[in-house]
Amino acid sequence: MSRELLKGNEAIAEAAIRSGCRLFFGYPITPSTEIVEYLSKHMPKAGGTVLQGEDEIASINMCYGAAATGARVMTASSSPGYSLKQEGLSYLAAVELPVVVVNINRSGPGLGGLGPSQADYFQCTKGGGHGDYRVIVLAPSKGQEMYDYTMLAFDLADKWRTPVVILSDGYLGQMMEPIELKERPAAELPPKTWAITGAGSRGKKQNLASYTLTNEIGEAENLRWQAKFEKMRQAEQRWETFHTEDAEYIIVGYGSCGRIGKSAVLNARKKGLKVGLIRPITLWPFPVKAFENMKNVKGILTVELNAGQMIEDVKLAVNCQAPVHLCNRMGGIMPSENEVLRKLVQVFNLAVEV
Amino acid sequence: MQKVIGRPTGLTELPFHYCPGCTHGIIHRLIGEVMAELGIIENTIGVAPVGCAGFSLDFFACDFVGAAHGRAQAVATGIKRSLPDKLVFTYQGDGDIAAIGTSHAIHVAARGEKITSIMVNNAVFGMTGGQMAPTTLPGMKTTTSPYGRDCAVFGQPIDLPKTVATLSGAVYVAAGSVDTPKNILQTKKYLKKAFQVQQMGLGFSFVSILSTCPTNWALSPVDSLKWLQDNMIPVYELGELKVAEEVKAL
Repeated sequence: MSRELLKGNEAIAEAAIRSGCRLFFGYPITPSTEIVEYLSKHMPKAGGTVLQGEDEIASINMCYGAAATGARVMTASSSPGYSLKQEGLSYLAAVELPVVVVNINRSGPGLGGLGPSQADYFQCTKGGGHGDYRVIVLAPSKGQEMYDYTMLAFDLADKWRTPVVILSDGYLGQMMEPIELKERPAAELPPKTWAITGAGSRGKKQNLASYTLTNEIGEAENLRWQAKFEKMRQAEQRWETFHTEDAEYIIVGYGSCGRIGKSAVLNARKKGLKVGLIRPITLWPFPVKAFENMKNVKGILTVELNAGQMIEDVKLAVNCQAPVHLCNRMGGIMPSENEVLRKLVQVFNLAVEV
Repeated sequence: MQKVIGRPTGLTELPFHYCPGCTHGIIHRLIGEVMAELGIIENTIGVAPVGCAGFSLDFFACDFVGAAHGRAQAVATGIKRSLPDKLVFTYQGDGDIAAIGTSHAIHVAARGEKITSIMVNNAVFGMTGGQMAPTTLPGMKTTTSPYGRDCAVFGQPIDLPKTVATLSGAVYVAAGSVDTPKNILQTKKYLKKAFQVQQMGLGFSFVSILSTCPTNWALSPVDSLKWLQDNMIPVYELGELKVAEEVKAL
């Protein structure tokens, strides 16, 4: 297994190739552009195709077409471009097509800036496009996870016949770290009998579409989708815990904030504070199970690069077992580990100098 | 007793749902016949639009994918890039391809995407009840141009096949009509050639077809055909608008 120094974005791209993805449709946008650049250079050598679409809308719909044939396919973008993909994502969810969609979150609203931001949390985890649907959202917090979660994303997409979103930010996308180039895991995946490959391939014609004018069919379809989302909700919650066993206070942060949260926990422990971290890995399904037993916890602080979005899911999961507060920065600024700790001490009135 | 005529094998047995006098049915049949004659039904994947032909996927005997409004050509691109040995076509109304989907109409032609696109032009958005389309004629009344299309406000109609013909990757562009038996037979020839161009891998092929919408035009089926002849044919030139050198050899 080789190790290479790669940007987070390049790690995603390399993992895609090693996951058997041979089709990529995208459009350049900072800070995600290294993904399309890296793939444009390396995908042809693997016998694959990178097609730069005329826009993000074209790119996501090209993914829809390729995924309909049963091929592994990926697109990548950043916030404004991710917004443009939402109609397509809704269709992908409805027709149940496996596609991996990367969003290297930049700050918004509007054109915003390039600094690290988590302002797309709602858009990514609550569906994003029209209609009642959810997609799996994975949140890496370091370069190796950019690589590992991309491989996981392709398997989850195939397993559940669903789009899977990798939500990261410019900090993780641009930073270079040593990456172990692991081989594709041997996952058992269902056969793609639904794929559109020509009637001759199975002896009868087949369609893939999501249109009905019969309300009863519409309701039955929605019930079927919701049942699937519930199964995904139960089966795919993922999170990491860090010093939570004896923790009186818990920091919750994903992605870059999960990383900052770890440093904050270590600093807190040096000061004698029993602080732990829960780092959600799946943002949808949100790891509710991680918050089941909070009876010894005196307070929870979410750390977010937005106005406070994940905190809503944390509060729902905690279900009033402990007070939940927010430590946040916006517009491309990250808090330092001591800023997080100061906020914790302040909101929970702790008699500690930080 | 011997059956002498029936539905072509390129179509399923499902009866069309289109309004009386609508010419979608004729165009479906022509495509069904062409697929049968070329022996490509098993090997072809169609992409359906949003609009009156949104249910067309059930009428054709080949595999079909339903696309979002205007996105059929992007979806077809994804299919073709994944399965380059299959024949891929889009079936789209003028609202779908010449309004919301214009960017893809330009870029598949520019790239020379090896797909075939069929545009059915009835000068209105049919499914939503007869609103103005980019193809609506000057002065023509629709529900969103109730005083007639004012070109000072909305501009002149877009002649999409002529626009597409300017792009180098579009190697075969033809404009047909299904208002008379002669034009129907001519249109079938265009469709056949468009699929042959794709079979040969020569580039992007495009067939535009003038069509009627008696319901939204508020005319009888017969008067609709007459209206098409008197009003649409003078605006939208018929014939093979572009036949690239490599296609002429076909």
